[in-house]
Amino acid sequence: MVEGFVGFTALYIFMLAAFVGYEVISRVPVILHTPLMSGSNFVHGIVLVGAMVALGHADTTLEKTIGFLGVILATGNAVGGYFVTERMLEMFKSSKGGAK
Amino acid sequence: MIGNLIGGVYFLAAVLFILGLKKMSSPVTARDGIVWAGIGMVLATLVTFLKPNTGDLSVISNFELIIIAIMIGALPAWWFAKRVAMTDMPQMIAMYNGMGGGAAATIAAVELMRATTGHELSLTVQTLAVLGAVIGSVSFSGSIIAFAKLQGIMRTSFLFPGQQLVNLVFFIITLVLGVMVIVQGGSASMTLIVSFFILALIFGILMTLPIGGADMPVVISLYNALTGLAVGFEGFVLGNATMIIAGTVVGAAGTLLTQLMAKAMNRPLSNVLFSGFGAKGGEEATGEGVEGSLKPIDAADAAIMMAYAQQVIIIPGYGMAVAQAQHKIWELTKSLTERDVRVKFAIHPVAGRMPGHMNVLLAEAGVPYDLISDLDEINAEFEQTDVALVIGANDVVNPIARTDPNSPIYGMPILNADKAKNVVVIKRGRGTGFSGVENHLFYADNTRMLYGDGQKMVAELQQQVKSL
Repeated sequence: MVEGFVGFTALYIFMLAAFVGYEVISRVPVILHTPLMSGSNFVHGIVLVGAMVALGHADTTLEKTIGFLGVILATGNAVGGYFVTERMLEMFKSSKGGAK
Repeated sequence: MIGNLIGGVYFLAAVLFILGLKKMSSPVTARDGIVWAGIGMVLATLVTFLKPNTGDLSVISNFELIIIAIMIGALPAWWFAKRVAMTDMPQMIAMYNGMGGGAAATIAAVELMRATTGHELSLTVQTLAVLGAVIGSVSFSGSIIAFAKLQGIMRTSFLFPGQQLVNLVFFIITLVLGVMVIVQGGSASMTLIVSFFILALIFGILMTLPIGGADMPVVISLYNALTGLAVGFEGFVLGNATMIIAGTVVGAAGTLLTQLMAKAMNRPLSNVLFSGFGAKGGEEATGEGVEGSLKPIDAADAAIMMAYAQQVIIIPGYGMAVAQAQHKIWELTKSLTERDVRVKFAIHPVAGRMPGHMNVLLAEAGVPYDLISDLDEINAEFEQTDVALVIGANDVVNPIARTDPNSPIYGMPILNADKAKNVVVIKRGRGTGFSGVENHLFYADNTRMLYGDGQKMVAELQQQVKSL
């Protein structure tokens, strides 16, 4: 499964995702640069899923230790990234009121 | 069946991430954006526990360890994220970002080590694992240094003779070890793999040591992009398309943001990373060639000037964050608005220590975002502005960037505060900005200097305006 996947299909995904990232972000107004950066910081917290798999199939003690550390770090990235971003976005208000 | 469920949820998560980021491109929907992305993350995490105990890479065991690690990671991250002051946001984001990079590196470590015990990887996968390992490790150790600097634990730029050569040597050794790991694959020794990771971590530290102060927005945004890339590469290794998509989207977005930051300083990225700006200067950091003199003003006079103005533009910089003056500034704004003075905020893209730092601080104080403009929107307005109030900003309003080709900041886009009829600069002392360049704005005929602590001076201005 892995061998077939890491081939041109993966390369296409990579290429398309790069364009999506570029397009999505190029329209962001300057006032949202921080939330956006911290939002994308949260999104790469998906590394948690990978860290879980890595720890999930770690065999030796060394592998388990490293994998364990990886899950801790990844969780910190995801959880911290989320709450920090949410707090910042909560503060943005328009003078017309109503808007979040 | 269960495989389809997992695959489907991963797909949904990828969609939610992209839609979430898209929603973050408008202040009105941004709040929903992070919630959508959050839902995607929770779903993807939960479904990973369902991975069957068979097959090759999809094997998941060590459940207890995974749950314990998640709890150890989640609690402090949540606690600090809820409590950190907005002023300290740059270092907090740097830290969480570094943790992501570190996690990507640990995935690489586990996979590379497993490769030596019979779970061999193809040459392509081995290469991608090593690439992700280098990038993730650099982002991890580099972000820790960035955190230490922003937190004030460490001095901002650490330079020694021959630094660039030393860094280059470490970089080359890291690369050589990385290539050796790739080539030897399953027969690589544990010593080689461990040395490779240690070298990559050291390189991240060395690379970040000379960078400091006002270059931080570029560095934080660059490491964000790097972590994204590392996550993408490890996604290839694990055959996880959601990791590839999320990582690459962040990598591309971060790269774009980094370019914007570097452009706002009119310096190529290589210059930010490898030159140790400001530290090498000092030669031209004198007041020579400056015409005019520094003309002080007291708060009462400055308040009268602003109270009878039609339009006031406030230009905040990192100094405002240091003085914690943002709340007082909003009070001053309200007092002026009550007198029918139009007040706007002009923000330079690299003001502060991370992209958009000033916007967050002003938002925290309650300033509505529609009063805030960036460089391109507001520069034409200074000519019709009666008072430009500069607080804690320096290099970004220095007209020398437009006029003197010999100046190190020449060509940097600046806020044209000098075009306003009057300029009031709140400043603690007479020092120069981060670049070490004397600010010609301060000596201009239409500029008055209001010396003192930012927060105290703004409070005084507000009281004076109110009492008029």
